[in-house]
Amino acid sequence: MAEQLAQRAWVRLVKPIDGVLLLLTLALMAVGLTTVHSATADNSSRLLAQAMNMSVGLAVMWAVAQLPPQKLMRFAVPLYLAGVVLLILVFFVGIKVNGARRWLSLGFTRIQPSEILKIAVPLMLAWYFHKHEATLKARHYAVACLLLLVPFVLIAKQPDLGTAILVGAAGFYVIFLGGLPWKVIVGLLAAGAAAAPFAWTMLHDYQRKRILTLIDPSSDPLGAGYHIIQATIAIGSGGSFGKGWLEGTQTHLEFIPERHTDFIFAVYAEERGLLGNAVLLLLYLLLIGRGLMIAANASTFFARVLAGSITLSLFTYVFVNVGMVSGILPVVGVPLPYMSYGGTALVTLSVGVGILMSIQTHRMLVRQ
Amino acid sequence: MLGRHSRLDAPDRELERFRFRVGLAGFAVFVAFALLAARLFHLQVVQHDYYSTRAEDNRISLVPIVPNRGVILDRQWTVLARNYSAFTLEITPSRVEDLEATIDGLSKVIEVLPKDRKRFRRLLEESKTFESLPIRTRLSEEEVARFAANRYLFPGVEVKARLFRHYPEGAVGAHAIGYISRINKRDLEIIEESEQTNNYKGTDHIGKSGLEQKYEFQLHGETGYEQVEIDAGGRAVRSLSRTPPVPGNNLSLTLDIRLQEIAEKAFGDRRGALVAIEPATGGILALVSTPTFDPNLFVDGIRSDDWDQLNNSPDKPLLNRALNGAYPPGSTFKPFMALAALEIGKRTPGQAISDPGVFNFGGHQFRDDKKGGHGLVDMHKSIVVSCDTYYYLLANDMGIDAIARFMGQIGFGQRTGVDIEGESPGVLPSPEWKKRRFRRPEQQKWFAGETISIGIGQGYNSYTPIQLAQATAAIANNGIMYRPHLVKYITDSRTGEKTMIEPEPLRILPWKRQNIEVIKKAMVGVNISGTSARAFAGAGYTSAGKTGTSQVFSLKGAEYKESRVKKELRDHALFIAYAPAEAPTIALAVLVENGGFGAQAAAPIARMVFDYYLLGKLPKGAAREENVEGD
Repeated sequence: MAEQLAQRAWVRLVKPIDGVLLLLTLALMAVGLTTVHSATADNSSRLLAQAMNMSVGLAVMWAVAQLPPQKLMRFAVPLYLAGVVLLILVFFVGIKVNGARRWLSLGFTRIQPSEILKIAVPLMLAWYFHKHEATLKARHYAVACLLLLVPFVLIAKQPDLGTAILVGAAGFYVIFLGGLPWKVIVGLLAAGAAAAPFAWTMLHDYQRKRILTLIDPSSDPLGAGYHIIQATIAIGSGGSFGKGWLEGTQTHLEFIPERHTDFIFAVYAEERGLLGNAVLLLLYLLLIGRGLMIAANASTFFARVLAGSITLSLFTYVFVNVGMVSGILPVVGVPLPYMSYGGTALVTLSVGVGILMSIQTHRMLVRQ
Repeated sequence: MLGRHSRLDAPDRELERFRFRVGLAGFAVFVAFALLAARLFHLQVVQHDYYSTRAEDNRISLVPIVPNRGVILDRQWTVLARNYSAFTLEITPSRVEDLEATIDGLSKVIEVLPKDRKRFRRLLEESKTFESLPIRTRLSEEEVARFAANRYLFPGVEVKARLFRHYPEGAVGAHAIGYISRINKRDLEIIEESEQTNNYKGTDHIGKSGLEQKYEFQLHGETGYEQVEIDAGGRAVRSLSRTPPVPGNNLSLTLDIRLQEIAEKAFGDRRGALVAIEPATGGILALVSTPTFDPNLFVDGIRSDDWDQLNNSPDKPLLNRALNGAYPPGSTFKPFMALAALEIGKRTPGQAISDPGVFNFGGHQFRDDKKGGHGLVDMHKSIVVSCDTYYYLLANDMGIDAIARFMGQIGFGQRTGVDIEGESPGVLPSPEWKKRRFRRPEQQKWFAGETISIGIGQGYNSYTPIQLAQATAAIANNGIMYRPHLVKYITDSRTGEKTMIEPEPLRILPWKRQNIEVIKKAMVGVNISGTSARAFAGAGYTSAGKTGTSQVFSLKGAEYKESRVKKELRDHALFIAYAPAEAPTIALAVLVENGGFGAQAAAPIARMVFDYYLLGKLPKGAAREENVEGD
């Protein structure tokens, strides 16, 4: 009896966990935590806080992994609607910080509703496509695009280009994996290229400056270019094997800006070198590969596109962040998964990985 | 297009298409990661050396260590200029957002007076861009502690230990010693021209006048360097290596500061100048210009009210009258005229004239001081009683060219080359000079009548007190002329080696010994029975002198108040002298602006100087004063 109970508990608690994803997650968290330690050498309370954030993340991941995909589907519409309503509230009564209205005050704390949409948008679109799986027509794609465009525009207008791009990408991945015809894709790409000059005029001054700075960082060495220049110096001076943990001069003499958040990759690259970078990129690649495998093997349309979208979003985070820090993409506020300090991004990420686990481990149950 | 597929095979085709697209995405991910890897390889392997250098440049900063400035000592090793370390509160304007608010905040912690604010604002206007500027100097220990406790409130503000210049004697000898003050743009140009730019990194003061200016590069020393690791905010984290600075060299002067003090006091509140020279070396014993000023006022940025007072005073305390004031020598010119006459052969000592008290020339009457004249006057008497008529005649006989040639040899109308910048040449009148000086042809012509008043030291004659002292020393030293100088030797701060400033014989004038003796004897007579006999009564040593009174030659650009005009119209009093007459150790020239008669105003000053220098005798009341002031 007791044995049975224990076995049921095992099934209930541990079985929904995907071992490969868990291992990769823990490995990345370990790398992340040591790097945060180095980046926040001046403030040891941050290391503890980040460890707490990671614990919360793991708990969330485990909790989400318990929910079978059918149950997840039920969250799609309410989560999406709640997210959009909150975004509208932000638009009117949000707190303005540094000229951007991104936060909503709840009295005791602040929340950033755009973060919810990172999960809510792919969930909503995957649910929508799943509902119309058998009868997908052009108008369904049009509706999907509209569902995507509403939060995208609201976030871009805050302005928060980084999050808008991530939400937009997550939505686009669902639509792409959902079977958007190539004709349309090519057409959209052409239209996009044609609209680029107009988009340029729509950008905020600081966003334009970031793009211009990317092309020539030395044009503004003490202003917008400073971030890129100092991060590039940190990475380049790291060399093949790095300067050693806690030995990065660019890091510890505070030349790298935002070094425990968006630019933490520069800290890691300076201290660990090319070898460390190869290890880190390999961990991400394995994580993404595992996610795509889960997507390919998922049993329902909903699960497939959702898993695919979440995985490719994860890739987008990594690519945009590392690309930005190493100076091949413009500076946009995108954290590096498991590395950057901060609880919100970790929770969102954990929800995503939790969903992947749920899709993988509930596959058989569905088939049965 | 979508509707074409039948419902049955749709899921399979869907799955196939989905897997194809996932594969495609996987490929894209792979390509993107390859791109990142390539970029990182490029940065970390290909360009590693370049970025390593950039990172090192970022973190290592060369911080200059300012050397101790050399001290200045008088001939008795009394300290005239020294350094002391004090804490200053400094603001780096580029690191402070709101200067006014910061200063307001500071004033709650440490006393900041309105004058401090004023000075800071002035420094801000003059400063180089990135340097820190003092808002308060000379903080007390308590103030330093109070600021340290509140430091975090004031980014960009720090307490620094700095060396300050101090002139212990205050205003005494200020015109000779000079002062240092903050480097301005013109100083920077000089530093650059002298290729001293590297050596002056970190130095913010420079000699502005006097010896401090002339011997700047000796006094400054060599700047040391410290390699310091700095963080992004420019704060030093730790020291990596250190090259110590080499202190500046010390100056030992020929100046006797006690003699200087007595001479200055002898002037009281009168304007004037005195230069006392050791005839055998040219070493300057005292260089007085009154009124004087306190050089300490300039060191940490002079307050604007002090500056206005010094700059706008009608007495012009900043003007070094000894070097830059040019005055007609009056009758002090006569011994030199007499010597010229003997050397050229225009007169013999015994040749006498009968002085009617007036000399008529070209319809103009040149008068003697004494109505009715001095009677029969030979050369000796002409000097002792200061007979004008004798010299009217003599000048006329010699002619301007001969006078100018002779006087030029004794240094009149030329810079002496004293080791202080900005000396004036004065005016040695001659037809050539007049041509250069005036533009219109009718002005350029030299009139024979103009030669007459040259003979008694008036007319266009205009010499600096130091020229007069140098010429007096030349007579005292039998025609061997030395360049007047203030620095006796320079002591190398590293080796202790002394570099003597060799007494430089400028010229050895081939004067006949018997001619010089005639002049010397006459000048001794002046102090025994002549115009200055009263001033030297009971001296206890023999001295030689000559009084002079010159018509007012008001200083250029001087603005005189109406109430003062009367005083300003008074004649200048002059006196030249040397002593002891047998073997002179001191020769001097005294000038008292608007002092009246040389015998009354200038000669007693010379007496006090001689009494102290030769006998160690202090003027009445001076001993007590010195005790009171001896702080």
